[in-house]
Amino acid sequence: MRQNRAVEFGTGLFVLLGMGALFFLTTQTTGQNDFSSSDTYTVEARFENVGSLKNRSPVAMSGVTIGRVKSIEFDGVSLEAVVTLVIDSRFAQIPDDSDASILTAGLLGSQYIGLQAGGSEIYLEDGSEILFTQSAIVLENLIGKFLVKSGSDE
Amino acid sequence: MRLIREIVRPAQEFVRTFGAMTLFFVQLLRHTPWTLAKRFNLVIGQVFNAGALSIVIIMVSGLFVGGVLGLQAFANLERFNAEEATGILAGFALVKEIGPVITALLFAGRAGTALASEIGLMKATDQLSAMEMMAVNPMHRVLVPRFLGGVISMPLLTAVFTMVGLLGAHLVAVELMGVDVGAYWQQLQQSMDIDDVMEGIYKSIVFGVVASLLAVWEGYSAVPTAEGVGRATTRTVVSTAIAVLILDFMITAYLI
Repeated sequence: MRQNRAVEFGTGLFVLLGMGALFFLTTQTTGQNDFSSSDTYTVEARFENVGSLKNRSPVAMSGVTIGRVKSIEFDGVSLEAVVTLVIDSRFAQIPDDSDASILTAGLLGSQYIGLQAGGSEIYLEDGSEILFTQSAIVLENLIGKFLVKSGSDE
Repeated sequence: MRLIREIVRPAQEFVRTFGAMTLFFVQLLRHTPWTLAKRFNLVIGQVFNAGALSIVIIMVSGLFVGGVLGLQAFANLERFNAEEATGILAGFALVKEIGPVITALLFAGRAGTALASEIGLMKATDQLSAMEMMAVNPMHRVLVPRFLGGVISMPLLTAVFTMVGLLGAHLVAVELMGVDVGAYWQQLQQSMDIDDVMEGIYKSIVFGVVASLLAVWEGYSAVPTAEGVGRATTRTVVSTAIAVLILDFMITAYLI
């Protein structure tokens, strides 16, 4: 009987440790719990070109991350990219005429959405759309323009 | 003519063994519900044997594998001034590949061999036949509990290995090399998704089934002599290692 209790105790300890490790892996190593809880609201923004923006890319205002990109879809009718943003409800007073642009962190860094505050008294709320957007700058296009321009100067 | 026979015979034998193993697997699955309902205490005992007794080797290996990953990642990323990304590199390597694979290999060495030799010896000493004589199905009493013990243990062992590995990488990178602790975890959390963790968990479940099946099968199909049991033990390690590494490639290619 004593032997049996030791086995049960050891097994229990092992299973608890394993469960704890699984919990640790799913919560501590992933950024899932940022901005995925209920106290957030979602807004939409349409871009001509999203560049290399990805799901879960940060949404920043004044350089501070206030939300994340939830999904990026393509609207087949208007031929634009529809980006859904999740923003923390602590920041519920963002003017609805703010503009969203896709920026790059550093020269080769990943892309994020930067919000620039507008002057409206009406704030963005769940389901509203950011009307003023600026597409990602695609480096190849810039280089192409530059080459054409420098070619025509000669 | 003799040449053809010498090529065909082993191939034929391989296919036959594979088929027999598949049938054995189906048998194991068929008896699983009954064993879970009526002989659950035996399953617990095997979780103890396969899992709880492997925890020390898993934790020590995890700590040092994580540590060496942290060290290598740091030394090479430092050249690009990107040492903060040590967490990302070590974390992804551990969660997606090294955690499940090394745990499966260690499991084969620590628990798989024990299973195969135990079952093989039971067969060699006619214990399995004796059970059948007493109208006890060895499937219920011996094989299924051991199989399930391995299947349950593997994901838990993998999770422990990966967690300890991440802490080992943390120890080396943060405490030894001076990477900022916030940057280490922040960058890891930002780039890792729940899907990445799930990939590791899926792999550990598949490896758990395969490693346990091979160990139980090799023991059960061993030639009932001292030499046969020894050979079965060796074959368990070899076949598990090969199966796990091939499956790892296939699962990664499928999920990527």
